[in-house]
Amino acid sequence: MSRTTSARAGETRSGWLFVTPVVVILGLFLVAPILMAFWVSLSDWAGRGSPLSGAVTFVGGQNYTDLLGQDSLARSDFATSIRNNFYYVLLVVPLQTVLALGLALLLNQRRLKGLSFFRTSYYFPTVTSSVAIGSVFLFLFAGSGSVNALLKLVGVSGPNWFADPRGLLHLLLGAVGVGNGDEQGPAALTDHGFLSLSWWDWLAGPSVAMITIIALVIWVSAGAYMLMFLAALQNIPAEVFEAAAIDGASTWRRTVSVTIPLLRPTLFTVLTLGLIGTWQVFDQIYVMSKGNPSKTTLTPAYLAYDSSINQGAWGQGTAISFVLFAIILVMTGIQSWILRDRDKPRRRLGRAQRGGAGTGGDVGGYLATAGRQQR
Amino acid sequence: MSTRTPRPRTLRLALIASTAGALALTACSGGGGFDSGSGGGQTQAAAKGPVTITFMITSNGPADVKLQQDVVSGWEKKTGNKVNVVAASDINQQLTQGFAAGSPPDLFFTDANVFPTYAKAGNLVAYGDQVTAKDDFYPGLVKTFTYDGKFYCAPKDSSNLALVVNTDMWKAAGLTDADVPKTWADLETVAKKLTQGDRKGLVIGDTRDRIGAFMKQAGGWIVNDDQTQMTANSDANLTALKEVQKLLQSGSTAFPKGVDSGWGGEAFGKGRAAMTIEGNWIKGALKSDYPNVKYAAYELPAGPAGKGTLSFTQCYGVASASKNQAAAIDLVNYLETDAPSLQLAKGLGVIPPLKSAEAGYKAEFPDDNGFLAGSSYAQGPVTVAGMDPVLKDFDSQIGSLQTGDPKAMLDRLQKNGEAVLK
Repeated sequence: MSRTTSARAGETRSGWLFVTPVVVILGLFLVAPILMAFWVSLSDWAGRGSPLSGAVTFVGGQNYTDLLGQDSLARSDFATSIRNNFYYVLLVVPLQTVLALGLALLLNQRRLKGLSFFRTSYYFPTVTSSVAIGSVFLFLFAGSGSVNALLKLVGVSGPNWFADPRGLLHLLLGAVGVGNGDEQGPAALTDHGFLSLSWWDWLAGPSVAMITIIALVIWVSAGAYMLMFLAALQNIPAEVFEAAAIDGASTWRRTVSVTIPLLRPTLFTVLTLGLIGTWQVFDQIYVMSKGNPSKTTLTPAYLAYDSSINQGAWGQGTAISFVLFAIILVMTGIQSWILRDRDKPRRRLGRAQRGGAGTGGDVGGYLATAGRQQR
Repeated sequence: MSTRTPRPRTLRLALIASTAGALALTACSGGGGFDSGSGGGQTQAAAKGPVTITFMITSNGPADVKLQQDVVSGWEKKTGNKVNVVAASDINQQLTQGFAAGSPPDLFFTDANVFPTYAKAGNLVAYGDQVTAKDDFYPGLVKTFTYDGKFYCAPKDSSNLALVVNTDMWKAAGLTDADVPKTWADLETVAKKLTQGDRKGLVIGDTRDRIGAFMKQAGGWIVNDDQTQMTANSDANLTALKEVQKLLQSGSTAFPKGVDSGWGGEAFGKGRAAMTIEGNWIKGALKSDYPNVKYAAYELPAGPAGKGTLSFTQCYGVASASKNQAAAIDLVNYLETDAPSLQLAKGLGVIPPLKSAEAGYKAEFPDDNGFLAGSSYAQGPVTVAGMDPVLKDFDSQIGSLQTGDPKAMLDRLQKNGEAVLK
């Protein structure tokens, strides 16, 4: 007994020895900066010298109440950025996932010729610098750029993409007669609001300028997620498809009932990464629009940068980051709850009940026991 | 079980220990340059022997950097010190990082827009009163760089807005010298006459830094004289915004974005605008990017309350965290003498900050009276710490002026500004 213990202690010691470099590096470059940023969000640091020096005072939650509590420019900017980013996420995440899945399914056909060419070309945007792609899109979507030249060929006069702050939903609502023309909403929506922004403003939808950024991001990131789907597809054993084929399932049926359910873990990863990445969008905004026109491409990440670096409001900038962090946590939580495997908990609970564990009381404990029994 | 339980605790301890260590490290490295005094004002003891000064500048290209180097070389020879001229790619961000790390450049260009933010945070030395040429500066510039009653930094140069006209298009439209607009009505007329196809008569930037000139001409401005109260929602300002709206709605005028341009000078250079309202900097930009465009600059037309224009300026900021403050101030003193300031002004096309250099500047640029004329009545930028986001918000509103409600924009500016001044 004592021999085993000391052997384990030795193992533990050398184990720690091996992970120490990682722990130190992570601590120094990940944990410490996050803790420091959190401290800054609770302080009045003005960007001079160390935030840990004696001259910086603790102001409690003031930066957060300034941001969320009272009607101010800071709050209306923050609400605007949340709105913009929300519509951005709403469009980018589903579209890029569908596009990535579609491309992966196409490229997974074994009979396709020039497979590696297509794989490379779809993956190419992902490995290209986002700054370079952003600049190219600026030219493409300029008022007299290629996109509008193409549109002109089919008789459409395109908008001045990056100068157009009109919201897409506003345009649609205007087309069906809601609103009083000239972007003015009905009084019922403009007179009331939430977080310094009227309901009509919340309903703006992504602006025309934001749409171009959305298009760019979908095109860029679909390649990376395509690669994940492709890897997962190639892990599915061919027998499964053969069995389905023998049962007489059509290609469509096989995709919907066999492939996609088997891709569930990858789908979960792609959606989670997509959700986190889209809520943090920064480089494209920084390169292409800097929040213009009329703040319709302002996002929380860019706003945090702008408040800190350009306006010297470091407390507010970091507070924005932490609110954004909370939003991402909540959104990811909701998403994993929606995508949870509905079969598993039911089966576990069933067994626990069958095992005579009874109902009520410490359900978590029963679940854990049930889980262990299963294994 | 007995060997398992301690693990989580050890893990937690190790994490805490490494985090604490990391924090201590960061604290040490970050705190180094900090204790150089709170707020501006005092200077540090001069370093012994020759020193190397880091001088961060903004530039439009290598030519500007070379000019700056040539100008400071006289001082280098005189004192034996070295100057390392650094061209910033994003000066605001680079300075911010320098201030936070306690190692900013010793000397740097500071725009009037960001000056109050830097001064308030204590990043600048208030050395204005130590400058020999102090009484030779234009008073408006000294006022711009005074914060909290202290004259912080010596103005580098200034530029005024003028009406820049493409002379070829002017003649082609049958216009003569007599048609140079003197009033808003004249401006509307010539703008209409110069509009043709996808070329606009007038292109102006969608910012308070251009529209503000109309406010001055109507007798208004964003804040009162001593910048203690907002005067944004005055009738005069409303008149000004309505005039700009009228120009936009008439189709003779557009914002740069409307003609695929980043700013008025680009639209003007590309021939998408026959007239624009810009400052002295347009000369350098046209010379390097559109050398074939012929133009003339005129004083801005007067509004209902008379003449009005805006002036823009930068100063030489000296960092309070700098170890070479004495040498940096000595360099500023050198730059603020007639010969170097005129050399810089000539190279960059800007107006020297010294009254005594005006004659030399006029002799060099006889055609620049359009820019220079406003010097006596030009309005400087709003320099209130924390006002920048409010003004930027107003800019984002101006973008939709053509169809928007000017009254609501001014009310919003008034409300947000009052929150800052409170």
